[in-house]
Amino acid sequence: MNDQPVKNDRREFIQDGLRVAGLVTLGAAGGFLVGRQGEAEETVWQLDPNKCIACKNCATHCVLDESAVKCVQFFDMCGYCDICTGYFDPNYRELNTAAENQMCPTGAIRRTFIEEKAGQKFFEYTIDADACVGCGKCVKGCALMNGSFYLQVSHDRCLNCNECAIAVSCPTQAFDRLPANRPYRLKSPALALLKRKVKHPSHQDARDLLSQVYDP
Amino acid sequence: MRTCAPVLTLVLLGPFLAGSACAQLIGTPDFSDHTIPTSQVADPASNGWALVDISALVIALGLATYLALVSRSRKHLFLLTLACLAYFGFFREGCVCPIGATQNVALAMADASYVLPITVIVFFLLPLVFTLFFGRTFCAAVCPLGAVQELVAVRHVRVPRWLDQSLGLVPYIYLGAAVILAATGTAFIICRYDPFVAMFRLNGTAPMLIFGGSLLLVGVFVGRPYCRYLCPYGAVLRVLSRFSKWHARITPSECINCRLCEDACPYGAIETPTVPLSRDESRRERRHFVWALALVPVWVIGGVGLGSQLGEPLARWNPDVLLAEQLTAEQFGLAVETTDATEAFRSAGREPREAYLVADKLQRRSRTLACWLGAWVGLVVAIKLVQLSLRRQRDDHVANRSGCVACGRCFRYCPVELVRLGVISDVSERVTEEQP
Repeated sequence: MNDQPVKNDRREFIQDGLRVAGLVTLGAAGGFLVGRQGEAEETVWQLDPNKCIACKNCATHCVLDESAVKCVQFFDMCGYCDICTGYFDPNYRELNTAAENQMCPTGAIRRTFIEEKAGQKFFEYTIDADACVGCGKCVKGCALMNGSFYLQVSHDRCLNCNECAIAVSCPTQAFDRLPANRPYRLKSPALALLKRKVKHPSHQDARDLLSQVYDP
Repeated sequence: MRTCAPVLTLVLLGPFLAGSACAQLIGTPDFSDHTIPTSQVADPASNGWALVDISALVIALGLATYLALVSRSRKHLFLLTLACLAYFGFFREGCVCPIGATQNVALAMADASYVLPITVIVFFLLPLVFTLFFGRTFCAAVCPLGAVQELVAVRHVRVPRWLDQSLGLVPYIYLGAAVILAATGTAFIICRYDPFVAMFRLNGTAPMLIFGGSLLLVGVFVGRPYCRYLCPYGAVLRVLSRFSKWHARITPSECINCRLCEDACPYGAIETPTVPLSRDESRRERRHFVWALALVPVWVIGGVGLGSQLGEPLARWNPDVLLAEQLTAEQFGLAVETTDATEAFRSAGREPREAYLVADKLQRRSRTLACWLGAWVGLVVAIKLVQLSLRRQRDDHVANRSGCVACGRCFRYCPVELVRLGVISDVSERVTEEQP
């Protein structure tokens, strides 16, 4: 009976010690992690269009209802073709803008007539990002020709999950993390074209894009 | 349509050459009156929620602790649970959460190039600190995964002790595997197999929705199955809660051993007073303890032996290893058809040898890691056995500090509490008067 309080005191003493040890450990871990902040930059997910095979996983595997991956048009690589293999379904009935003739399931590509030169008609193809679901059908079609369409993770939408669900399912491991201040990529030929374009003083938009693009 | 991989030579200014242009880029035409635009990419969305999330966590943890330890109100705890489920669960869609943050911390510790946002650090550490002082009040009302199970735990059955104790080892093993896979940058399995995040997002794959749904169904009868038998963060909290300074109590003052609370807990966390042991029994207990202690190294070595067999399956989590395996299979004609991965690998002009070397390195690393994981599993089992052979004398009904999630269900089962609340009047004095 008499030794009961002593025993309790001892137990409490040990528990206090363990608690302090736990607190110190947690504090050290926190300090270590915060201290590491300066060593590198925060990163976000992006896909490499040079590795992308437009398999459609981007449209279906993102945790968002509407995928964070969208198609982007790099106009300086586009041939402005009349018969665009990214725009028209290979089994088109007629060469017009009717839905059944389009490759894009959501009609997200706008086709605008620009000019007729030496009997050739030229059209500009613009992506409506709000309608695009990131399925990459047009990317696959365009790859037959110039490949100016390419997929990118759009960072106004991406949740930056711990483990990108698309990255897990990507057959070519095209996803990795990029520094958050340069979160976009271009195909290598497009990057070369863009670097040439920025030299022209009137192309502020090209400089804007280049400032966002990761250059390995 | 035939697929031809275009060898992209740069800028070919010239006439429109449809069809024949597989090998070259079709030049962008020189327009007389149209400048070629440059598409703009979207600016990153600023993460304005970080501060709100952190404040919400601090407030919720503080409130939960106050409600569980001081005001002892199950009703208010329940309301807080609903609020946290709505905010952290459905509104913030289960991200960021401390359970998953464990992996980020593991990766950030191992890899200096991976930077952890402050939010993640706070979400990982703050519940741990709170638990160290107040017990698992984070589980009580803040965690959205706990909350969704708390709602369905209505008709509990008692899980047999042997089953409860054995399944209780799973979280530690899960924790070990998750830390190893995350620290090596292989996979974030806690996020990948989070059973309820698909519900929070109202969107997910069928297997995960079925998994989450069945856990909730089981949760009707076996309270909080994820928290008790899977949650790897809960495993850490259990250990810390054991040493907590304060803890939620069943009774507000003194236990009168009326046994009314015995069936109150759906999580099997109420411990009943111990029966004093006879001399024979206590000698046997002591022998068990010594044996369990002596067997610790045996378990650890056995675990390493088991782990050495697990190197291969662990390595196959890595896509690079899978790619190398597929390349080998194709090279020796063992694969029926090529995969997208191998096609892409070859079309990038890379040599299979490259992939083999990478895979070999990964496999060797995973063999080492699997041994460590095995040792961890052995240690977990050994410690559990030691712990089971320890018997501490209890005179009252008390909450098991590691198992109790401070949900407050037992409060109102206690007549002392009812007296405190003025629901019933204290008759104990009158009873003792009449007794003699």
